Amino acid sequence: MNIVNEVIAWLTDPAQWSGPDGIPVRTLQHLWYSLLAAAIAGAIALPIGVYIGHTGRGALFAVNLTNLGRAIPSLGIIILMFTLVGFGIVPVLVALVALAVPPIVTNSYIGVRSVDRDVREAAEGMGMRGRQVLWQVELPMATPLIMAGIRTSAVQVVATATLAAFVGLGGLGRYLIDGLAQRDLPQVVGGAILVAVLSLLTELALGRVQALVVPRGLAGQGADAAVRAKVAKAA
Amino acid sequence: MTDGPAPVLAAELIRWSWVGDHLDDIRGYLVQHVELTGLALLFGLLLAFPLALAAVRWPRMYGPILGFTGVLFTIPSLALFILLIPFTGLQIQTALIGLTIYTLLILVRNMVEGLRGVDPDVREAAQAMGYTRARQLFQVELPLALPVIIAGVRIATVTTIGLVTVTALIGWGGLGRLFLDGFTLNFTTPIVVGIVLSALLAFAADLLLVGLQHRLTPWARSGGG
Amino acid sequence: MRRIRLGGVAVAACLALLLAACGGGGDNALEGGSQENGGSTVTVGSTNFSEQLILAEMYAAVLKKAGVKVDTRLNLGNREVVFPALEKGDIDLLPEYNGSVLSFLDPKATQTTSEEVNTALAPLLDAKGLVALDHSPAEDKDGWAVTKETADKYGLAKVSDLKGKASQLVVGGPPELKTRPAGLPGLKKVYGIEDFKEFKALDAGGPLTTSALNKGDIDVGRVFTTQGAIADNGWVLLEEDKPLEPAQNIVPIGRKDAMTDQIKQALNAISSKITTEELTKLNKLVDIDKQDPEKVANDWLTQQGLL
Repeated sequence: MNIVNEVIAWLTDPAQWSGPDGIPVRTLQHLWYSLLAAAIAGAIALPIGVYIGHTGRGALFAVNLTNLGRAIPSLGIIILMFTLVGFGIVPVLVALVALAVPPIVTNSYIGVRSVDRDVREAAEGMGMRGRQVLWQVELPMATPLIMAGIRTSAVQVVATATLAAFVGLGGLGRYLIDGLAQRDLPQVVGGAILVAVLSLLTELALGRVQALVVPRGLAGQGADAAVRAKVAKAA
Repeated sequence: MTDGPAPVLAAELIRWSWVGDHLDDIRGYLVQHVELTGLALLFGLLLAFPLALAAVRWPRMYGPILGFTGVLFTIPSLALFILLIPFTGLQIQTALIGLTIYTLLILVRNMVEGLRGVDPDVREAAQAMGYTRARQLFQVELPLALPVIIAGVRIATVTTIGLVTVTALIGWGGLGRLFLDGFTLNFTTPIVVGIVLSALLAFAADLLLVGLQHRLTPWARSGGG
Repeated sequence: MRRIRLGGVAVAACLALLLAACGGGGDNALEGGSQENGGSTVTVGSTNFSEQLILAEMYAAVLKKAGVKVDTRLNLGNREVVFPALEKGDIDLLPEYNGSVLSFLDPKATQTTSEEVNTALAPLLDAKGLVALDHSPAEDKDGWAVTKETADKYGLAKVSDLKGKASQLVVGGPPELKTRPAGLPGLKKVYGIEDFKEFKALDAGGPLTTSALNKGDIDVGRVFTTQGAIADNGWVLLEEDKPLEPAQNIVPIGRKDAMTDQIKQALNAISSKITTEELTKLNKLVDIDKQDPEKVANDWLTQQGLL
């Protein structure tokens, strides 16, 4: 198939790997937008989710936030922010943060909330007060779920960061938009492949991080399946 | 150095007169949005069902099916839609194919998880009672898997409602067209209307499905979803 | 246990919707514009900037007045996406610019005058089953704009003034600017202008370029000469002192099998009345005063006694 050859040629062309339009630069831009958004989202969402989990206030909100968050039209937010503040990184950041916050809030909430009552009571019986229970018991035990939330968020953010190109920024989405405008199909396909690969790598890498971060005591309990079951039940 | 017209509009997020003048357009976009979502879900369900059955019947297929759908899911929606343009142009097939693929991914996973989650004892009991394979599937396994499946349909529906707006970039878009109109005219009103309406639409769809779930599975009312 | 009859109902519903959806792209409810049923509806399309919306609405209004059934699919994207839609039949009519279409269909084209462009264009369109109707005297050419500050700082008044300064400047425009002959390659070839410091892919005469130019993220922007933004922002439109940009007369381009004599007559009647000055005024009403393109188009047609 000719198109396959052309795409391979595009991907392996050394010109593609150097310069301000090159794959390395675009990938770094893409990761930069994603990382920045994820960090901001985490800073906002983690405290909120953990607080709701710890105190139980606002539970309904936290549980449903993820599903409703999926309805946020990222394109709409980017365009709205652009129309308000103009060219720059802010429109993309706002949209990506809005996208990333819900899964982290919901998962953090469930993670903290679903710490076994017995364990919590045992901790209190041992003389721990609220905040100690939180930091020494609930959070460590909630880690698998919190990490799962961060992972879900991150993959969505990396995938959606392609929209940055729509408002004139960089990132791998540029290959899609430019390829379309320049009628360069190999560029479009190449770009799509690159973003897919990046998303996959993000998912895998964070999976590795998740495995490392989960406290040893919890690791052996089929954490992943338990995580999914809890989230599915609450969704 | 000013930023052109933008600061003026920031003070006027919604010009209600515009909304009034464009009710017909808005309604048309909403209808298009609902239709695209509905069709995508329908096709997704129809395609997911045999795939899920295959994955359950032949467990060795589960891995590959999940893997394949997983990879497809990482392709950002914008990329998928743009990739289809050279083949199907700006006709509705382009949008529908892309949307269906994404609903498919979500639904297959949930259907398989749901079917797999049926207690093996129950399955054995049905077999012992002489149920045929088909009867077993339709009268025992599917009803029991329904809560999880509908949870998947909820997620797929809300996700699709969001994705339909992206199809604005390939000539469709439903309410997403309002985003483009606002962008081209540097005008916040259509954009805000688009965001609010699509969020409301998702919210309404979700509520509807929760209601449906409760009605179809009266025995599962205790806690799930 | 509940009995759930998934099979029958679902399949029936699916078939019904399937037939409805695939049964013709133009006439079912899955279109965004005005609804007409049956018969030969003409679909007017447009690309994604305000002048296009105005022109398309003009065509639509005039055709409706002539008793033609009209459907509009506006703001669809840039030419790379929309023109193929015209070729495929997803739309039947498009307001276009003869020079741009020529370079779109023949990337090596170098004709610059209206006559040359039209002559070269005709056979290319014909080969695709398309036809160009009468063109307007109005032209919306591609140009280069800088802010007043930049013009003063680097002494820029003509395009050739960019020579020797380009390497310090960031240029922005549609992604295809990098590859189109009248774009950056043309600046190099005809004016001898060296590579710019950076090229930012934004849009064609749209909000991205406007915002970036105003905010200083780019120094030189690709603009359309009739844009309201130029006057509104006090930009300096660099004078084109060498023949690079082809003529860009407004011309309706339609599918041969859809352009009836009635349609041709109706459109030709207004084409001669559209002038660059009028078009610039209309653009300002939409871009700056935020009036509705449809209203602006209809008002103008009424004023001109064409409606």
